[in-house]
Amino acid sequence: MAPAGLVPRVRRPTGAGRAIPVLRGMYRWASGNFPAILLLVIALTVIGVFLQGQGHDQGLTLMGLQLRNALVLGAIYALVAIGYTMVYGIIELINFAHGDVFTASGFYAILIATLFGLNGLAAGGPGGLVLALLILFPVVMLMSGLTGMIIERVAYRRLRSSPRLAPLITAIGVSFFLEGFMLTRAGPDNVPTGRSAWITTHAFTFGGVSVSWKDIFVVAVALGLMFALGAFIRGTRLGKAMRSTAQDRDAALLCGININRTISVTFFIGSALAAAAAIVYTINLEFIQWNLGYRLGIIAFTAAVLGGIGNIVGAGLGGFLIGAIYVFGGQLVGGEWSEALIFAVLVIILTFRPVGLLGVEVTTRA
Amino acid sequence: MSSVAAVGPESSGGTAPPPRKPPVLEIVGADVFYGRVQALHGVSLEVGEREIVALIGSNGAGKTTTLRLISGLNRPASGEVRLRGQAIHTLGAEKIARLGIGHAPEGRRLFPRMTVRENLQMGAFARRDRDGVSQDFGRVYRLFPRLRERQTQLAGSLSGGEQQMVAIGRALMSRPSILLLDEPSLGLSPILVDAIFEVINEINTAGTTILLIEQNALLALKTAARGYVLENGRIALSGPASDLLTSPDVQRAYLGM
Repeated sequence: MAPAGLVPRVRRPTGAGRAIPVLRGMYRWASGNFPAILLLVIALTVIGVFLQGQGHDQGLTLMGLQLRNALVLGAIYALVAIGYTMVYGIIELINFAHGDVFTASGFYAILIATLFGLNGLAAGGPGGLVLALLILFPVVMLMSGLTGMIIERVAYRRLRSSPRLAPLITAIGVSFFLEGFMLTRAGPDNVPTGRSAWITTHAFTFGGVSVSWKDIFVVAVALGLMFALGAFIRGTRLGKAMRSTAQDRDAALLCGININRTISVTFFIGSALAAAAAIVYTINLEFIQWNLGYRLGIIAFTAAVLGGIGNIVGAGLGGFLIGAIYVFGGQLVGGEWSEALIFAVLVIILTFRPVGLLGVEVTTRA
Repeated sequence: MSSVAAVGPESSGGTAPPPRKPPVLEIVGADVFYGRVQALHGVSLEVGEREIVALIGSNGAGKTTTLRLISGLNRPASGEVRLRGQAIHTLGAEKIARLGIGHAPEGRRLFPRMTVRENLQMGAFARRDRDGVSQDFGRVYRLFPRLRERQTQLAGSLSGGEQQMVAIGRALMSRPSILLLDEPSLGLSPILVDAIFEVINEINTAGTTILLIEQNALLALKTAARGYVLENGRIALSGPASDLLTSPDVQRAYLGM
């Protein structure tokens, strides 16, 4: 059911581990206790950051500051990771174009804001700001959702019964296409979002950590959308169609479920969530670039794998954990190492715990 | 064809045969391929209103392929599948399911991470009549009291027999006019097999037409009114179940006599 390299059917030590019993035992131990070990490492990192700050008598402040940053970053990763995991869950494709849909959403947001004069509206006071957000979110999420649906229809649907490598390569092709397109349209330089001035007011200061409404907004949007998604998948007909299609496509067909429409909806929702992430990103930061989604996408993908690819709750959790590793790890060993740390985590997960933290054992999926 | 039917048997003159009501299900000369391998060779069969028909044959004879052909999971390269006279083999599988074909497939194919109740609900996915659906919940729980106890349990955690009950129950939840059962006895203890076949008879008595696949030919032919024997993708024999039971060929090949 799953690509051999990513989620092996049976977790089994390879290489030296197979030959040497002691290593095999260690592998089993690390694999079985992976969640505890990971949380311990993250906790130690956080303590390390505290001690680092304590050197300047500001341990708690530094910790609180980075916790705020980790939550904001994690919220964005979580929203993007959900798109990866939903698509993987339903058609077992790693949609490499997903990160670029995120970038495209950022450009859509700039376009719509300019077109509707939203920047001026948002500057005109709280009422105007709320109105601007109420226009920006639905319109951009709709545009990105349709983008995702079109990508599936054009590039992936025909290959649904092909060997798994074929749509994977196509996904990389779509990613290159989107990046090339955005490069030609937006140019190679940073593009100012014009939205970093939307929300600037300071919310509160707690123990020397200043928290702005912007920070609260990002996390609230992410959590709100995640709970809405959960309710949708649990409670609605379409949500049930999505769950059943992900678990057994033929059986879903026999129940009268329209598979094509269900998969389209999945792409729509995943892309719309990436759009929400992109909007909060542009509200939070001053610039975007044509290749922004490339690395951010792979980091979010790591979050999805960490949580257990195919598991939506896992993707949300993984997003926040990856945010924490990025921020606290970077603080401890130097920000230039943040991404290296994330990808080291990816390798470690794939080696020791390919099903992730909350992943479904592949054997029960057949 | 339709003009004859419109005239009716009384007014049709002399030699014309009386118009026959089309069978519930009919396969006419179907060829099915998996890639370059031909799995079915000109298979024809029909299932009449309220009949139980058994399709027997050894492993790989094409039994499951035949059911998948009817449900639209496999496509015929040539030939037709008709439901009450209407060709359905060009429709998508989800449309065929909505026309009233319930299929409990090979290997049960439950949704393992949904509860028993949710699995049954999925069977009624295409239905809008809430009252009818809740009636059918009652009916399935009456047929399989075990499932009522296990309602909130995940389907993946059930025993084989219970999973088979859910598979049949899920197919029934669409209130099908014909029920396709793929090896309902597979992997079950003899006592459970008897219980399941009792329920199959009960479902049929209540008015549902059934097409049944079995490797257990004796059991299938005792349950069914008529039977077909598939060999290497071809219908080798067909007839009333009692005739097949006494046929020397069937006895030698499938009944171990």
